[in-house]
Amino acid sequence: MDKLKEIAQYLVELKEWPAFKAGDTVTVSYKIKEGNKERIQQFQGVVIQRRGAGATETFTVRKMSGSVGVERIFPIASPFIENIAVNKHGKVRRARIFYLRGLTGKAARISEKKYFRPQA
Amino acid sequence: MPGLIGKKIGMTSIFNASGKNVPCTIIEAGPCVVTQVKTLEKDGYECIQLGFGEKGEKRTSKPMLGHFKKAGVTPRRRLTEFFNFGRELKLGDEVKVEEIFNEGDYVFVVGKSKGKGFQGVVKRHGFGGVGQATHGQHNRLRAPGSVGAASFPARVFKGMRMAGQTGALQVTIENLEVLKVIPEQGLLVVKGAIPGHKGATVVIRK
Repeated sequence: MDKLKEIAQYLVELKEWPAFKAGDTVTVSYKIKEGNKERIQQFQGVVIQRRGAGATETFTVRKMSGSVGVERIFPIASPFIENIAVNKHGKVRRARIFYLRGLTGKAARISEKKYFRPQA
Repeated sequence: MPGLIGKKIGMTSIFNASGKNVPCTIIEAGPCVVTQVKTLEKDGYECIQLGFGEKGEKRTSKPMLGHFKKAGVTPRRRLTEFFNFGRELKLGDEVKVEEIFNEGDYVFVVGKSKGKGFQGVVKRHGFGGVGQATHGQHNRLRAPGSVGAASFPARVFKGMRMAGQTGALQVTIENLEVLKVIPEQGLLVVKGAIPGHKGATVVIRK
């Protein structure tokens, strides 16, 4: 397993992003190809999970588009990700906050962490 | 066809030139050594025998030790013959990944699949099982059903799919694209899955 991880790092270039986890609100700037043109689209929402590790890690961002929930899964090593900006560190008790899917409106709010300590 | 013997390291995914996330398998391919060169005059057919993986001298039988001594190499774990290798090789020559494979090549990978033990027809042959748990079904949810007709033919046809040993047999996966060759570490990255568990020995042919 260790050897696999070592090689995977060698194969995929990992960029440095600010620390974020489930419950945080992030804005992902994502490159989109339309024919020959490239433009950047932003996707802002709450991170509901981070999954996997190393080169194959992904994270899921959920936002409400009108009254419809939209979820997008981004591979963290994707070359299309231009930037990840953390807007808010949310206070949640679990690593995967799927319960958010069943909540709407005021109930779906996440309170902000007052003292955020990034993990070393 | 030229080829090499290698060890499966595991699967991961990489991003290709167009940014697509593709699943891939990493193989530690070679370096292999030539342990025998068979000729038409002497052996009746032409081939090159390659050896891969180190093996303790104490674990090697005396006849095999003599075989390796003749080639002037240390004992190897796995020997495989390759036909039409397409290049002149002498006894004891070392063959490396970058000499055989290039990015964009299509390769065949031969290996032994993971053993699943004695399995029923649902897992082994993809039978549907009985779809219902009620309406009188008791303990036959994964049963194969009828295996034949009545007094004619009065026997079960050969080749009828039944339960039995699943996996742990030789499997060839054809036309896997070579995504990357890393000469410094002797690695080969192919698209998709290959047979066997991590650390399994596989034969890669062009």
